[in-house]
Amino acid sequence: MSNGTATTGLTGLTREHGLELLRDMIRIRRFEERCAELYGQGKIRGFLHLYIGEEAVAVGALQAIRPEDAVVATYREHGQALVRGIPATAVMAEMYGKATGCSRGRGGSMHLFDARTRFYGGSAIVGGGLPLAVGVALADRLRGDRRVTACFFGDGAVAEGTFHESLNLAALWRLPVLFLCENNLYAMGTAYDRHQAQLDLTVKARGYAVPAESVDGMDVLAVEAAARRAAEHVRSGEGPFLLEARCYRFRAHSAYDPELYRSKDEVERWRKRDPIPALEARLREAGLLADREPERLRDEAAREVEEAVAFAEASPWEPVEDLLRDVSAGRPGEVRP
Amino acid sequence: MKTTYREAVRAALREALRSDPKVFLMGEDVGRYGGAYAVSKGLLEEFGPERIRDTPLSEATFVGAGIGAAMAGMRPIVEVMTVNFSMLCLDQLVNNAATLRHMSGGQMSVPLVVRMATGAGRQVAAQHSHSLEGWYAHVPGITVVAPATLEDARGMLGTALADPDPVVIFEHATLYNLEGELADGAGAVDIARAAIRRRGRDVTVVAYGGTLGKALAAAAELERDGIDAEVIDLRVLRPLDAATLLESVRRTRRVVIVDEGWRTGSLSAEIAAQIAEGAFYDLDAPVARVCTAEVPIPYPRHLEEAALPQPASIAEAARRLVRSHG
Repeated sequence: MSNGTATTGLTGLTREHGLELLRDMIRIRRFEERCAELYGQGKIRGFLHLYIGEEAVAVGALQAIRPEDAVVATYREHGQALVRGIPATAVMAEMYGKATGCSRGRGGSMHLFDARTRFYGGSAIVGGGLPLAVGVALADRLRGDRRVTACFFGDGAVAEGTFHESLNLAALWRLPVLFLCENNLYAMGTAYDRHQAQLDLTVKARGYAVPAESVDGMDVLAVEAAARRAAEHVRSGEGPFLLEARCYRFRAHSAYDPELYRSKDEVERWRKRDPIPALEARLREAGLLADREPERLRDEAAREVEEAVAFAEASPWEPVEDLLRDVSAGRPGEVRP
Repeated sequence: MKTTYREAVRAALREALRSDPKVFLMGEDVGRYGGAYAVSKGLLEEFGPERIRDTPLSEATFVGAGIGAAMAGMRPIVEVMTVNFSMLCLDQLVNNAATLRHMSGGQMSVPLVVRMATGAGRQVAAQHSHSLEGWYAHVPGITVVAPATLEDARGMLGTALADPDPVVIFEHATLYNLEGELADGAGAVDIARAAIRRRGRDVTVVAYGGTLGKALAAAAELERDGIDAEVIDLRVLRPLDAATLLESVRRTRRVVIVDEGWRTGSLSAEIAAQIAEGAFYDLDAPVARVCTAEVPIPYPRHLEEAALPQPASIAEAARRLVRSHG
C-alpha cells in the first residue's frame, strides 16, 4: 500500500448505516453468484465480468455520490448499477438481453445504462469512459450545476493514453470528476507490476496536479470515508480528485478466463480479506449487528435476486422487426421550421 | 454578399453560439490562435474562454469529453484540426458516439458536432493529406456531411446541431479560401439530400467536398467536346441519398464517381455497388471511378497532382464512357 493509505474506525457509524453497507455488498455478491450460475446454464451469454471480491469499492465509493451526481463505469459494473438504484430486475433482464432490461437488452452485461440515475454506462473499451466523465463534468460546470461525476476504471486503464489525457484535462479545467481507480491488481491477466513502472498511482495523479489518495479497497468503511473526503474536495470546486482502491477480484476476469496467471494461494490469501465477513465482524464487535442479521440480509438478497431472475425469465424478447431501432433518433436531417 | 468558405463557417459558428447557450466550441488552437485554418478567429473575444475552449493535444479526450457533454445535455462543437489526427479519437467516435444511443436502449442521445479539415492538394505530404471520410461513412449511428459550397459551409452546421445524434462535418482544406456570393439571408440547409449542381443528359459525375469543383471543371471541359455532364454533389456521405443518385443515373445511363479517398474499399465503391444494385439495367456503360492513386500522398507538386483526381482525369473517364458506350 502506498502512502496516503487510509483506514477508519467505527466512530460515528450508526447501526442503520452499517447494515446498509452490508446489505448492498451482500446484494451484489448474491447477484453475481447467481449470474455465474445462469452463465453456466446458458441463460447469460457473451462476456460476463463478476465483481465478487470488489464489492466494498462500489458500495463504499457510491455513499459519497448524491442522486443528482453522475456515474461512469466500466464493463464490470453490475455492482455500481445495483448500488446506484437501478432495479435488480432491470439489470438481470439486461443480462438476459430481454426487452425489459435497463438498456432494452441491447447492451448486455457490459453496457448497463440508466438515464434516470445519470448512470452513463457500462463502457467496455478500457479507458474509454474517462473522457466521457470529463465531458459530463464539463456539462455540469458550464450549466453551473454543482455536481460530481464519479468515474470508475481499473488499473488496466492507467496504461491507456486516455487516463493521462483525462487527468490532465480535468485538472487543467478544474472539472468536478472523482476518478475512482479500482485497482484489482490485474489488467485482465497482466499483473499490475508487470504493466506499470510506477506502482504508486498517487504519484502519477500528482504529476497531473490531481490530488490523490490510496485506500484499502477491501474495507468498505475506509473506502466510504476516503470517498467522502474526495467527493467533498471535488464538490467544493477545487477540481478533480483521484481515489485508488486496492482490491482483488476473487473470480476469473471473465467467464472465458482459465486463470493461468495467478496462483490459487494468492487468491486464497485475498479471500481471507473478503470485505463482507470483514464488515460483519467489525459490526459485531461494535455491537451493531445482531446474530441473525447477516442471515436475514442474505435471505433478503436471495429473494431480490430470485425475483429478478423470474422477471428476466418471464420478460419478452424484442421482436426482430425492431432490429434497427435506436441507431439514430430517426429524424431526417431537415431544416427545422 | 461576397464571402469565403472560411467566413461562412465562422458565421455559422457565431450564429450557433449566439442562439443557444448550450453550444460551445472546443479543440486545438480554436481560441487564442484563431483556429489552424483561421475559422474561429475572433470568437474567443466575442464569446469568452468558457465557450471557446482551447484544448491540449488530446484528441481522444477532448472528443470523448464532447461526447460526454453532449450526452449530459450540452451542444458541443468539437474541432479536430484535421482528419489525419482524428485517428487518435476514432475509438471515441466509433465506440462511444456511434453506439451510445443503441447500447443504452435509446436512453442516451449524443447531439455532438465534430468538424474537421480533410483532404490533400497543399503539398503537406502523406501524414497531412488523408481523405478518410469513407471510414466514418461506414459507421451506423453517425451522420457524415461534406459541405462543398458556400451555402453548405454556412448552413450545414446549424442543422447538424439540431440533430439529436452525432454529425461529423468534413471541410476540405483547399476550400477555405473559396470565394463567392452568398445570399444575405443564407442560413440552415438540409443535411439529408444530394444536390444536382449541374444538369446534363449524357453522363452523371458524382463528387463531394473538395472534388466538386474539379467535377464542375471537368463538366465545362466536356461541354466543349459536346458532352453534356450532370454533376451531383453528394453533400451527405452517410446516409447516402441513393434516390437522387439513381434517378440521375437512370436518365444519363452513365456514371463516373469521383472520390479523393483511395479506390480500395472507398466510398466510391459503396456508391458503385448501390448503382449496380439499383440501376444495373439502366446503364449503357460500366460504372467508372476516378479515385486517388493507391499511394501515400507524395510531397512534390507534380506527384501529388498525379495522385489525385483532376478535372482532366475526370473528363477523360467520362469521355471514355460516352465514346465507347454511346
